[in-house]
Amino acid sequence: MSTAASSRRHAVPIALFGVAYALVTLATGNEYHQLILTLVPVWAVMGLSWNLFSGYSGLVSFGHAAFFGLGAYFVALAQVQWGMTPWIGIPIAGALGGLAGLIVGLPTFRLRGHYFALAMLAYPLALLYVFEWLGYQELTLPMEREHPAAFMQFADHRVYALLALAAMLASMWLTSVLERGRFGLVLTAMKQDEAAAEAAGIDPRAWKLRAIVLSGALAGAIGGFYAVVLLVVTPQAVFGMLVSSQALIVAMFGGVGTVWGPVIGAVVLVPLSELLHARLGNEIPGIQGVVYGVAIIAVILLAPDGVVWKLRDLRQRRASAANANVAPTAIVADDAPASARTIGPTLLEVSGVSIAFGGLKALDGVSLRVATGEILGIIGPNGAGKTTLFNALNGFLRPAAGSIVFDGREITGQPPHRICAAGVGRTFQVVRPFRRMTVFENVLAGAFVHEPDEIRARTIAVDALDQVGLRAIESVSAGGLSNRDLRLLEIARALAGRPKLLLLDETLAGLDTEGVEAVLAVVKRLAARGTTVVIIEHTMPAMVRLADRLVVLDHGAVLAEGAPEAITRNPDVIDAYLGKRWRTGDAVDR
Amino acid sequence: MDAAQYAENFLQALTAGLLTGAIYGLMCVGLSLIFGVMRVINFAQGDFMMLGMYAALYATAWLGGGPAAPWIAALLAGPMIFVVGVLSHRLLISRVTGLRSTALAADGHYAQLILTLGLALILQNGGLTVFGSAPVSIATPLSSSAWELGPLLGDRISVFVNQGQTVGAVIALLAVAAFVVLMNRSRLGKSLRAAADNPVAAIYMGIDVERAHRLAFGLGVAITAVGGGLLATVYPFQPYIGLEYVIVMYAGVVLGGLGSVTGAFAGGLVIGLVQQLSTLVLPNQLQNTAIFVVFLAVVLLRPQGLFGRAARRT
Repeated sequence: MSTAASSRRHAVPIALFGVAYALVTLATGNEYHQLILTLVPVWAVMGLSWNLFSGYSGLVSFGHAAFFGLGAYFVALAQVQWGMTPWIGIPIAGALGGLAGLIVGLPTFRLRGHYFALAMLAYPLALLYVFEWLGYQELTLPMEREHPAAFMQFADHRVYALLALAAMLASMWLTSVLERGRFGLVLTAMKQDEAAAEAAGIDPRAWKLRAIVLSGALAGAIGGFYAVVLLVVTPQAVFGMLVSSQALIVAMFGGVGTVWGPVIGAVVLVPLSELLHARLGNEIPGIQGVVYGVAIIAVILLAPDGVVWKLRDLRQRRASAANANVAPTAIVADDAPASARTIGPTLLEVSGVSIAFGGLKALDGVSLRVATGEILGIIGPNGAGKTTLFNALNGFLRPAAGSIVFDGREITGQPPHRICAAGVGRTFQVVRPFRRMTVFENVLAGAFVHEPDEIRARTIAVDALDQVGLRAIESVSAGGLSNRDLRLLEIARALAGRPKLLLLDETLAGLDTEGVEAVLAVVKRLAARGTTVVIIEHTMPAMVRLADRLVVLDHGAVLAEGAPEAITRNPDVIDAYLGKRWRTGDAVDR
Repeated sequence: MDAAQYAENFLQALTAGLLTGAIYGLMCVGLSLIFGVMRVINFAQGDFMMLGMYAALYATAWLGGGPAAPWIAALLAGPMIFVVGVLSHRLLISRVTGLRSTALAADGHYAQLILTLGLALILQNGGLTVFGSAPVSIATPLSSSAWELGPLLGDRISVFVNQGQTVGAVIALLAVAAFVVLMNRSRLGKSLRAAADNPVAAIYMGIDVERAHRLAFGLGVAITAVGGGLLATVYPFQPYIGLEYVIVMYAGVVLGGLGSVTGAFAGGLVIGLVQQLSTLVLPNQLQNTAIFVVFLAVVLLRPQGLFGRAARRT
């Protein structure tokens, strides 16, 4: 698929919509209707701004009024105090919004879930009181009779509507470009499973910051424009709860994480609430808020992801019913015998690593060495610390003591995305795909580690899919895959990061015989191509066939290590893990 | 101003802080119950408090005056808002919480947050329609009388303790004590605590978790509503008042540590003190900004301690 062609395909509906909207605007004579036609794109841009951050990252912001209000007050104050025209003021308001995003994001991204949402709520409310205290209860933009157009003041109010429309189309175009590029892919992946994304080499903090800066810039700029349209700025109108809520609600109503969602939300809700307010505002003064409240409750109960996703899901269900009989994945031929591999110098050296959870010592001075090109198996009873060891190796857990040296570099305590970039890929005991993304997108998300260029990243992803034999189903949504294909998908995602070392955590768990063979074949082939593999596994016969060497963990410590044949005869290992039936020497042949 | 004047201002603010703090503490206990049992952030908590204030206002009028009417009305707000809370839970909130939420994205956290945001918008703006936008207040016979402590330090310092506020604070304390007894002694309290601790295990033990959640929600908003009724005798209010107090309450709950009743009360008390003491160094309009800053500082500086234990993401 060509990026240029697909970007043209998305630009056409946006352009058509823009032309239609402009025609409607030009044909509207009523000034009140012209104001509504201006407010629709204003709130659509606010929704797009919210969506750019919260929609893709999944972190709900209740505080977008902070950026909006700062922009509005900057434009108004700059004109009042320094006579600065909004033509210059609005871009600066955008920059200010972006800066505010950075300042808010830096500390607040330490929070998760509920706390993030609450903290975001506090920023605009704190600003609201500050601006009241500063004495800006009501700031009026001066009329510029000499050069009205130079100060963005027009007798014909349709000009405002057209300016707002231009801002909306630009925001839509920006969103659509970002959505289909690395930005959208990475944020969508993080939203679905942040830990898995981090293990695939994505730095969550850096991407969230990028998102909130962009989002804050959009909100700041449109806030500045809003000040120009209304000519009066009050703290409640620009920092108030309804501003943040409206941004969130138009986006959620239409559909989070989409280009059209916030626009649809604004097109439906803004005129509805404005017209009801005009008609019933005297008897029912709070009608606007009630409309938004009812709208958001209805959406949450009926279509939690918004109108656009509801439609998309319905369409997809029909489509997937049509091609339910996807061809089974090809079993990759076991063409390279394990013996062809060459074992090289030490790639990973773990010395004395300890991790404790409260009083429980999950790892107690574990030391082991992995040679380049080798397949090392890790076995041991449940709770022996196998997965904890992997979590320490890929940076999910910081060891309390000990060191981990990979490829000649100390990686102890580094964050997962950096360890991934250093060349350590991993899979998970319980599979963690990005379920709402296609197989190809899942793998592509992992391909940006060494390759910021999108076209080349795509090539890498295709290559990784080829290696595990999932190419045929690359456009299927990961949520619908079989266990075997999910296991292979995780391997492909890890491979896309071009790892030198692959950590496979119970990759064979829950597979039938045929599935085990398929995955084993893939792992052997990877090893034959030079990838070093450390694998945790309970299926001993498979392990004995696959691994060059076994390490046995028990109670967080290394109980034994050596060649598979020796390990299966080791009496300590038999007592601690294998059980008595391994005392009869024929077990290995099964 | 000399040192004695400063000392007097400080003592006066301290007294005011303790008296409003006790009421904030009661409001926080209600919120903490909901959050502790259901793990739901209720954005509409402040608006249920607002409903409690108006309920107390109308109940005072209905009781036809009398010296104790405002306090009785504040207590009556509890059962009234309990009914509203139980209905809100049954009709709306139960659809995105509890065992049904596991099917939703992020365990339904966002759905819950946003649903209660919608509820808050409807209550605020519906309140505007029903109650009007003019600020009102509940006058008590004791509102304008005060005890004078002192003169202290050779009659240079006198502290005035408002009698109306003192009665409110005492009622708040008694309500918290009654609630603690209810949670620790009664069967209802035990089932709420079990449902909070481990909903799935509680189901296996024969506890109706859905019902426990419904009662927790009703009880939680009712407790906050009583706090609101008491607060209404101190400050004027209007339909939009809820929003400020959402942050006040969350600040208290977060400060006190989650799931702990006494912690939530202590947190509310501290927030009351912060609010009043901040007037010594900040202009009056920035009282609430001071609370937000304290709130942000707490959530930012103790991010891991706030959910009880440090959980790493895997």
